[in-house]
Amino acid sequence: MARLNPSHAAIVLFLVMALGVPFIPSNYIFDAILTPLLAISLAGLGLNLLAGYAGQVSLGSSAFMAVGAFTAYNFLLRVPGLPLLAALLLAGVVTAAFGVLFGLPSLRLKGFYLAISTLAAQFFVQWALTNFAWFSGGDTSGVITTPPLFIGPIAIDTPVKRYLLSLFVVAVLTLIATRLVAGRAGREFIAIRDNELAARVLGVKILRTKLFACAVSSFYIGVAGALWAFLYLQTVEPAGFDLDRSFEILFVIIIGGLASIRGAFLGAAFIVVLPLLLSRAGAAVFGATFDSGLVDIIEKIILGVLIIVFLRAEPAGLSALVARIKRGRGLALPTTKITGNFS
Amino acid sequence: MDWGFFAGVAIAGLLAGVMYSLVAIGFVLIYKTSGVLNFAQGAMVLFAALTFVSLHEEGLPFWVAFAATLAAMIVLGILIEALVLRPLVNQPPITLFMATLGLSYVIEGAAQLFWGTQVHSLDLGIEDVPLPLNSILISQFDLFCAGVAGVIVAALTILFRYTRTGLAFRAAAEDQYAALNTGLKLPRIWATVWAVAGFVSLVAGLLWGARTGVQFSLSLVVLKSLPVLVLGGFDSIAGAIVGGLIIGLTETLAEVYIGPFVGGGIDQWIAYVIALFFLLVRPTGLFGQRSVERV
Repeated sequence: MARLNPSHAAIVLFLVMALGVPFIPSNYIFDAILTPLLAISLAGLGLNLLAGYAGQVSLGSSAFMAVGAFTAYNFLLRVPGLPLLAALLLAGVVTAAFGVLFGLPSLRLKGFYLAISTLAAQFFVQWALTNFAWFSGGDTSGVITTPPLFIGPIAIDTPVKRYLLSLFVVAVLTLIATRLVAGRAGREFIAIRDNELAARVLGVKILRTKLFACAVSSFYIGVAGALWAFLYLQTVEPAGFDLDRSFEILFVIIIGGLASIRGAFLGAAFIVVLPLLLSRAGAAVFGATFDSGLVDIIEKIILGVLIIVFLRAEPAGLSALVARIKRGRGLALPTTKITGNFS
Repeated sequence: MDWGFFAGVAIAGLLAGVMYSLVAIGFVLIYKTSGVLNFAQGAMVLFAALTFVSLHEEGLPFWVAFAATLAAMIVLGILIEALVLRPLVNQPPITLFMATLGLSYVIEGAAQLFWGTQVHSLDLGIEDVPLPLNSILISQFDLFCAGVAGVIVAALTILFRYTRTGLAFRAAAEDQYAALNTGLKLPRIWATVWAVAGFVSLVAGLLWGARTGVQFSLSLVVLKSLPVLVLGGFDSIAGAIVGGLIIGLTETLAEVYIGPFVGGGIDQWIAYVIALFFLLVRPTGLFGQRSVERV
């Protein structure tokens, strides 16, 4: 049963995050940090299942987030009385189907050729959502405010409630993911990543496993997109799900650590908190009177430099750093790399 | 069907494709010799164009500004090799790709920090009067771009085929360990190739800048050239040219003949879809090296 536990630290962390709510005085922390952090973590987790474990890199994550967000929106709009959790589930299912469709090229393409071709999904989805008003329920403003949300009789209308709902959804899906990667499916993913031919010889069904990886990954990313739109932004708009967001999700798993559940959360913390800290620091150093465009540019440079410095210092990600601290310094750990698929 | 109009659209498309190829060539150079997919290529185009146009506006003559910008691009190439690539050697390709993404933030930011964010217009002194050919009009400027692209490809071919530097490039591309073993200095080769890519970026930046104005959106040409790379193969200069022509042609034809039926704007993604379908038939692109699957 040891495998069942996602490690006690995670349970403690979950309890702290759930029970610590009354001790956090400011709504800002929930609305601007914790809720988006959870959604980005979940998206990172989804991408990590596909890229970190199964070795198929995607640059189109935010398109799948958009599919999830718009699916949830359309189901809530068109099916009166549909429970919110059911809409979230449907968002995942529809995105999974979509992921399988765009996963088909992975059967032929490898490495960067595959990564670039996922950009097709990115640009196509954004275009379709912007161009066809049906997806927005006839609203042509480009920004749709989400309807009031309810779980049974409880209205999800405060920052704390939105945060707790995100926490619940993310915790359940994380638990399922830890079970998944510890089991047969996870080992098949890794087998395909490390050596596709050997995996085939061992009886791994390549086609089925790759498409399954696409489906699971897209399910997670779709739900993450719905959480992002409904619980964080409270608006649904195609413009928010652009290429920069896709890169952000990829940064999350590179910085957090490939093929690591914990890595998605560590990476998301880095990516969500860093820009906030930078803009705080920018405001403190330059004052409010300073040209904000210039501060944006400086922040961008610092972010770029930090990414490069970070990749140099810890190429295997924060998750490897944490593992090394745990086991005492100086211990060389095997690093996780995406191998075999880049030639 | 109006075949004259069709031919006009097709030629405009082919010439637009040449512009994509120009950016794609910079990618190919770097990918071929160091295996890095350089997302910062677009940022380099922006940096080069912005530096040139700012120096030119300061009153420097064309060739002095050109030489100064070229020098800046060479320094940039050397810095990138020393600060970003060398410490990350032997990391997985995806990590290197991420590093170039960070690099693109730094270069874009630096360009805007030094030279400001306003839009500059750039006049290369080439008249853009459409040339009539029977009933078809051809943009003179586009023809000039095609000519420049031809010269660059010819120069690069000579460089790769007939010079010692080119031989070193090819050796590094073929097998890095073997190249090291024969005493080639890989860091020096990489710095050189980034400098050459900087030169190509400068030329691409000037031509694109003259067409669209020198502004931030110049760095987005990277997204136009990625499907070209996928189609032509990441490691083939000829592929970058042919891929650019195919993408430019099909994209323009699709926009004119299919676009109106689906609400327009399909040029945002049609190139990727073309490249995708093409790849399903030939997974390593038109001219890409067939990767050997080890047993």
